[in-house]
Amino acid sequence: MGKRRPAYSNLCKAIEAGHFVFTGELEPKKILDMSEIIHSAKEMKKTKKIIAANVTDGPQGDAYMASMVPSYLVQRDAEIEAVWQVAVRDRNRVALFGDVLSGAVLGLKNILTLTGDHTKLGDNKKARASYDIDSTQFCDLLAKMIDEGTDYEGNEISGGKIEMNFGCVANPNAVPPYLEPEIMKVGRKVEVGIDFIQTQTAFDIDVAKNFLKELEQFNVPVLLGLFPLKSHGIAWYFDNYIPGVSVPEDLLKALKKAEKDNKGNKPGKYAALDKINIEFFKPFIEEIKKTTKAAGIHCMAVEYERLFEPLLGEFPQYVK
Amino acid sequence: MIITELKDIDEIYDMIKPYSKILITGCDGCCQPPRSINEAKVLGQLLELKAKTEGKDLKWKAITILRQCDDRIAATTVRPFVEEYEAIVSLACGLGVVMMNEVAEDIITYPANNSMCGGVQNQGENSFIQYCETCGNCLLGETGGVCPIAGCAKNLMNGPCGGTVDGKCEVGGYTLPCAWIDIYERLKKFDRLDLFKLYRPARDYRTATSPAYITINKSFTNEEEEKKEGKK
Repeated sequence: MGKRRPAYSNLCKAIEAGHFVFTGELEPKKILDMSEIIHSAKEMKKTKKIIAANVTDGPQGDAYMASMVPSYLVQRDAEIEAVWQVAVRDRNRVALFGDVLSGAVLGLKNILTLTGDHTKLGDNKKARASYDIDSTQFCDLLAKMIDEGTDYEGNEISGGKIEMNFGCVANPNAVPPYLEPEIMKVGRKVEVGIDFIQTQTAFDIDVAKNFLKELEQFNVPVLLGLFPLKSHGIAWYFDNYIPGVSVPEDLLKALKKAEKDNKGNKPGKYAALDKINIEFFKPFIEEIKKTTKAAGIHCMAVEYERLFEPLLGEFPQYVK
Repeated sequence: MIITELKDIDEIYDMIKPYSKILITGCDGCCQPPRSINEAKVLGQLLELKAKTEGKDLKWKAITILRQCDDRIAATTVRPFVEEYEAIVSLACGLGVVMMNEVAEDIITYPANNSMCGGVQNQGENSFIQYCETCGNCLLGETGGVCPIAGCAKNLMNGPCGGTVDGKCEVGGYTLPCAWIDIYERLKKFDRLDLFKLYRPARDYRTATSPAYITINKSFTNEEEEKKEGKK
């Protein structure tokens, strides 16, 4: 069991209060205009069920807007807490420390630590990736900043300790013989002192439940990742290009059929796609809530705001 | 051994274009694939042909050196030829090229190779694999003899990351092994998963920062020897 620290963020406070929480996801890409991100965050806020929004940091190794400022803007303009995703791919320990200090001053309260997809997968393949420290060592750095008020080497931060909570990612798609190394890896991060876990997306309920059962030993809140599929194209991309994730074939076929059957009929297509997602994910969430010790769901419905209400409508509101 | 990859002939030719007499030096050291006298001859012939297509006459001589990275061997072998030639093309790794520039300081030595890595030869597959990154901080004792620095695309010390699927790495399209799954399997075999579970703190990059100047001090202490000397 890891060291437990106070809940500084709304996310961790809600988990501590025993709510089944939801987090959403925002993806700042190669953009200058923040209006869509802010709009999406406001829609999350409106549900009163999504307590925080993850802001991604160059997913798939692409050169995107850095996540710190959008995290801040989401908190300022949409009044929903951010889960600031930080990958160790692009910054060494000096830059990571500096960024986290800056983020703390901006009032960011949650960090999700990630290794980050390799730059060789991204749109600037010739780049030299940093990986000075790995994500476990980054957790160690954050623990030092929060619990001891120092940098990695123990040099003091003038003004004291930062007040943040941080989590790590785990892959619920790991099945034996690859399950044990995955669990042991999470174990190292628990040892270092994480506050929560948000998992990669799961599509197989039995595999996910088994994974959650394995994580129970750590006594750390886990948010299971789910990825509603806005279109067949996104599902196909996800299936083919996101490391470690595969979309069930039936689901892919159903999405394709829904798009084909409603060609030229946009409202009809949306309704058909939403129906597939609701029928798949709603019972999924209910089952996870009822039968596992998961603290909540990380719902990666990026730019898919219209699904929030029908998908989460029946779950209790707890966000003020 | 140092694994090298021959540069494109046009690139080599562009470097030696200003010269009409060149010396081509093969290396009999650890350079792989072989870059010895035969390879030096072939390179000379190719450059000569290339020059002819441009209406130029290129004179060349091919020699080979036992080890281009050893200053005494390199100097004694190459110096007798230096006055006769305008430039050198070295078939050694980068170490050899720099050493040749040092010992034959009055002319320039150009590289014919790109030096890729320190690696091993996998005869079965006719391929070379980087097993060590010479990082100056050997971890192999706690990773079952599999190096996570050379073997993991992200040099992770606490892997595996989320980019592993069925024991393969996201880099290279899931064709190459995930070093951390290999480490897990090795340690499991020897019932040493306690080592796998260990948290390894951040690397000390001072050991891997270039330029590196390493002095090996010659000295020994041995109690028996001291006693012998005392008896004398």
